This record gives sequence, structure tokens and C-alpha cells, in this order.
Amino acid sequence: MKARVHVMLKNGVLDPQGEAVRHALGALGFDKVEGVRQGKVIDLDLAEGATEADVTAMCEKLLANTVIESYSIEMA
Amino acid sequence: MKAAVVVFPGSNCDRDLAVAFEQAGFDVSMVWHKDSALPEGVDIVGVPGGFSYGDYLRCGAIAAQSPICKAVVAHADRGGYAIGVCNGFQILTETGVLPGALLRNAGLKYICRTVNLKVATSESVFTQGYNSGDVIGVPIAHHDGNYFADAETIKALQDQDRVAFTYEENPNGSVADIAGILSENRRVLGMMPHPERAADEGHGGTDGAAVFRALAGMVTAA
Repeated sequence: MKARVHVMLKNGVLDPQGEAVRHALGALGFDKVEGVRQGKVIDLDLAEGATEADVTAMCEKLLANTVIESYSIEMA
Repeated sequence: MKAAVVVFPGSNCDRDLAVAFEQAGFDVSMVWHKDSALPEGVDIVGVPGGFSYGDYLRCGAIAAQSPICKAVVAHADRGGYAIGVCNGFQILTETGVLPGALLRNAGLKYICRTVNLKVATSESVFTQGYNSGDVIGVPIAHHDGNYFADAETIKALQDQDRVAFTYEENPNGSVADIAGILSENRRVLGMMPHPERAADEGHGGTDGAAVFRALAGMVTAA
């Protein structure tokens, strides 16, 4: 059983890395990029019986800092 | 007077912090991250700078879950004194002892130099050795020192006089130039600049020594 967690900085929180990537893309001539947000993908291998609620608890406790980050979970 | 300095794998300012406490007259014990209790009768806990657990996941995130951090949080919850410097500040925000979070520097670069700080309040055991408005030179050395909190939290910090230090020239994008903040009971200080690196003539400056001198005699075990 697997879960994929996406962690992104919340809207309104400055993302200096995303901004740097946007500038770099612009410098390469990709002039149609209006914004870049960079985040993390965390893949979890889970034992049978693990639930999305378990993964939510992991996100709240450790995987995301909800002061600055939001997260989404895909169970597969 | 007893101080405990926590040591994580990757801490690199633990001994500097211990020396600063010692010079101010504290008996200092070093506490390993796997310990689950602080030494008996500790008056103040120092959470040092460095790169605890390699800064994996987020700066301070793994350290915040370590056994010793649970003891540090319990110490703070019962009104104990604590100071977190640099990575220690990041760890204290990750534990929730202090509000907000530290983001990547706005300029993306690691910055290592002495900056001017304004003492924003002298109303705490940590800052009573200064006058409000004093400008002091203290080194910073961080990549993730960009203090962030939502507008409501910032307003509460300002209304409750809990901003301890601000940058005279904001080096990292911190909201409201914030360099250090106090907990609600004013007994926990978190700051990105390193007062322990400006606490001895040999450091090239002693503007940070007043933090430790002021603590001596003022803190009591909780």
C-alpha cells in the first residue's frame, strides 16, 4: 500500500526558491512563465490496513509545518 | 545556577553556547538528543545552532520530535526558561513553543556576517541588560532565517511587546524585520543571530554577552 504526499508552501507565503526558478526560466527564454511554486513529494510505503487518516496525522505531526505549508494526500 | 545545552547530531554551536553560559557563571551540562529528561534542577535550557539531523525535511523538524525536545517542551510548559539560537530558534518554532516559522532567506543565499540589531524590548530576563532601542552588533549565520507568521500572529507579538530584536537592515526577508521573539510568558527567547558568538573579546565583539549576564541570577528552576 502506498501513499503520496504533496507538501507546498501556502498561498501568500513567499517562495524564494520558486521565484529563483521563475527568474532562471525567464533567463533561458521561457517568457510565458508567470509564476513558479516549488514543493515536496513524499512517497510512503505503508503496511496493510493503514488509512488516509493515519497519513493525515503524519502530515499534521511531522511531514508538513502547517504554519507555512499545506499538504494533499493520494492513496494508491 | 544550572544551564543545560542540548546536543543534536549536527549541532555546531553547542559548545559556544555552553562557554557563554559558563562565563556568565552557570554550571552547564550537555544533554544528548536521545536523553528523555533534563538534569535535575535546570534553570535554563539552551537549544543551540547548527544543522540538527542535517536539516532534513525542514530545519528543526526532526529535532523537534526527538526525546529531549519533549522534555524541553515540558520544561517550557511549566514555566521554565529557554533560549534557542539559530537552528535552536527553528526547533522551538517546530515544537510550537514559539509561534511562526523560519523560511529560506529571501535572497536564497546563506549569510554569514555581523549585523546590527535593535533591542525591541528590554522587558525580559534575556534583554534587561540593554535599553530598548539599543543597537548591537551580533553575527548571523543562516540559510533559513526568514521569519514568517501570519498577520494576526505578528500583530499579537507586537501588541504584547514580544519582539525581542529586529534587524536594522533586514538581511533575509523576515516579516517586520523580526530577528528574535519571546514566548507569551516571556521566558523563552528564540533568535536567529548568535549572541554567544559576540560574548568574548576574542570574538571581535561582546555585544551579545549582556544576554547571558542578564540571565545570571534571574532565572530559577521550574
